Amino acid sequence: MVHGEAWTIKEFFVYPNEYIYWSIQIVMYPFMTGLVAGAFVLSSLYHVFGVKQLKEIARFSLVFSLALLPVAMMPLLLHLQQPQRGINVLMTPHFTSAIAAFGIVFTTYGMIVASEIWFVYRRFIVDSVLALRGKQERSAVDTLRLVIYTVLAMGAMDLSSEAMHRDERAVGILAAIGIPVACFLHGYAGFIFGSVKANALWMTPLMPVIFICSAVVSGIALCMFTYIVTMEIRKLILTWKRKDNPWLPSTDDLKSAEVQVVTMTAKYLVMFLVLAITLELLDLIFRGYTAVRSWDILRSVIYEKDFTKIFILQYGLGNLIPFILFLAPRLTVRRAALGSLLVLLGVFMMRWNVVIGGQAFSSSFAGFMEYRLPIWPDSLENFKEGLLGALTVITTPFVLFFLVTRVLPVFEVKDSH
Amino acid sequence: MMNRREFCKKAMIVVGGIALPLAALEVFNPMRLQAEKEGPGKVRWAFLVDTQKCVGCGFCVKACKIENEIPYDANVTRTWVERYVVTRDGTTHIDSPKGARDGFTTMKIDQNKEGLLDISPADIEKAFFVPKLCNQCDNPPCVQVCPVGATYQTVDGVVLVDRNWCIGCGYCIMGCPYSVRFFHPVYHVAEKCNFCYHRISQGMKTACVDACPFGARRIGNLRDQDDPVTKIIMTQRVNVLKEEYGTKPQVFYLGFSKEVK
Amino acid sequence: MKNHVWRPLFVALAIVGCILLIRTLLVPSDFGAHERGYMYGWHRKSNEAEWKAVRVKYRTAKVCWGCHKDKYDVIRNSAHSAISCENCHGPNYDHPNDPVGLTIDRTRSLCIRCHSYLPYKASDRSNIRGINPQTHFPQAECVLCHIPHNPKPMNQKREVTS
Repeated sequence: MVHGEAWTIKEFFVYPNEYIYWSIQIVMYPFMTGLVAGAFVLSSLYHVFGVKQLKEIARFSLVFSLALLPVAMMPLLLHLQQPQRGINVLMTPHFTSAIAAFGIVFTTYGMIVASEIWFVYRRFIVDSVLALRGKQERSAVDTLRLVIYTVLAMGAMDLSSEAMHRDERAVGILAAIGIPVACFLHGYAGFIFGSVKANALWMTPLMPVIFICSAVVSGIALCMFTYIVTMEIRKLILTWKRKDNPWLPSTDDLKSAEVQVVTMTAKYLVMFLVLAITLELLDLIFRGYTAVRSWDILRSVIYEKDFTKIFILQYGLGNLIPFILFLAPRLTVRRAALGSLLVLLGVFMMRWNVVIGGQAFSSSFAGFMEYRLPIWPDSLENFKEGLLGALTVITTPFVLFFLVTRVLPVFEVKDSH
Repeated sequence: MMNRREFCKKAMIVVGGIALPLAALEVFNPMRLQAEKEGPGKVRWAFLVDTQKCVGCGFCVKACKIENEIPYDANVTRTWVERYVVTRDGTTHIDSPKGARDGFTTMKIDQNKEGLLDISPADIEKAFFVPKLCNQCDNPPCVQVCPVGATYQTVDGVVLVDRNWCIGCGYCIMGCPYSVRFFHPVYHVAEKCNFCYHRISQGMKTACVDACPFGARRIGNLRDQDDPVTKIIMTQRVNVLKEEYGTKPQVFYLGFSKEVK
Repeated sequence: MKNHVWRPLFVALAIVGCILLIRTLLVPSDFGAHERGYMYGWHRKSNEAEWKAVRVKYRTAKVCWGCHKDKYDVIRNSAHSAISCENCHGPNYDHPNDPVGLTIDRTRSLCIRCHSYLPYKASDRSNIRGINPQTHFPQAECVLCHIPHNPKPMNQKREVTS
């Protein structure tokens, strides 16, 4: 079977070499980079615009952004037919191609996020080094932690108020530079699709903007949801531990996710959601109105074949219901959690409907291709480009986040701001 | 903290400074300058397809597969033939079973998942065959979108793929409006018709041109005024596929009809 | 260093430096924009020669004429004159060295490529005399009765016409 044949079902006339080449991993990739960009923008709302209520979630989303970054590479490496040559994008970049921007933008963004985290956590790192050095007896774990923190400190042990002040300024500058870079990181992903004149569904100048807006939406939604869930889990763990150790502090001291923080974050979420929906509907209306040559087949795909995926899942469950949930008065934390989850579903379906939807019709405009996501992998290719490959990608950021927070904790830490 | 005026001044200097060396890179590309100075090269390959003469025998597809080592049973091919059958009710039926590797031997239309469609001869208003292959465009969108420079155009107009450099991202495959590209099932890199570059570079014709018994396929050199193919392209009514994409394709069709996709 | 703020920048520059160093090791020296410029000509020049060096399989009927003049002349004076030998006998490769003998394709599927009649007026296909492969001796090979090198009806094998 050639690549794509296993999960493509052709209907009527499709060119012989046409298959669904860009499948689930190419849906995952903009979804993951969108989460990266969105998480970063959320954290910048505090660092750059000084929205004080977002302080707790800002640190959380910054670290999450770092955990998401290597995961953004995963779908690409799983998709490439020659992943070991992926480095060629950095070696001989052909900048007339949007994908070549990936190397530069990704590296730049990674360095900005890493640097910003360094400045935010520098005080904590130095404190940890000093505490561990002062310890009389060091276990193996302690020695390892000392090594890690010493390397991370990079010799900058100055904790004077002047140095702290410099840290704060650096964070502000990096967060400010980081916003356009994060936008670029995801905007170029939209450009990858929007500039393909050969694809009637993808080709629109609105694509980069639609992608950026829905990226910010997804990032905020993910951080809000993970933040709420993490706070609840911490309370649950403490309650469970207290059963055997009643001397541990009560859950009253452990704050729940604050309604004010959630409400404020939800406000920004709704703003970007409105923008994203406006652009997408604009695109659809224009296409129907101008009715160019490709409209006949696109209409079949949008209103018939993909009707459920587009109007029920993406616009209905993913946009309309969260809209109602967030805008109804007296927002509760539980409603916000549900709303964020549905928003994430909506953003995922948007990526699906663009990537897979764009390949649901043949370039001959005389046939269709149906996508059958491989569930059980009977070959390496079906694993990489199937359900299990997608699940691997979606679970890895949480694993990485857990690992990173062993070194850089996100709760109750004295940091530089 | 500098004031706005100073910032603007410094910004202009920085931008100007960056723009200058970047511009120099393009202007002083010595090879490009040399090529432009000598004028257009001696050879520019072009292809001529006569859809009246094509009978849909599929010998071209078979020959191409063997000559260019595309696995015979794989459902991909560097070239193929499409059949168009227009019936009385105005519907156009199109098919290309296995890319016409085995020719067209039945009147039934292969509709893939929808099965075979019976068409009675009385219903046929017109029917014809259209061979397709890579157009070796003058503005190849596939080359433009390759992120690593694995696909490129030679000075004589043929677009090639470097099998040792391609990372297999598939952007070129998505970027081609004619869907001539695919992933090679053995090498796992992008693949497409290259006008049998190994044959035309030593004075032979492409495998499909040699295999066609009816003269439906011909290849020629646009820069040679005496080339019979060039003469036809210059003097007769020819058409190209999907001109609206701005790719400037170099495969010319005689007997083109509005139904052709 | 008094101002520690620049340290991450140095790390970043070091990483970029490493990438540029690796680049000099991994990128072939003949990689460049060449004649077609950066947009359409960005490639490794030696790849062009690699493609030119691909082995030729089909050598054209002229090569067959060199040894098989008799058969060549028979076909060239028949209705099948335009068909290249290699269409039915496969590519020449390095014949007669390797392969020693070319295949003679006697299957039905070869002949019905052209001779399965299709009533397509807008195409030269309808000018080719043909049969309906479902009804015309569907179990038999065409060559049982017809001679491919000289397919005139009068050349049909005696066993059939009697």
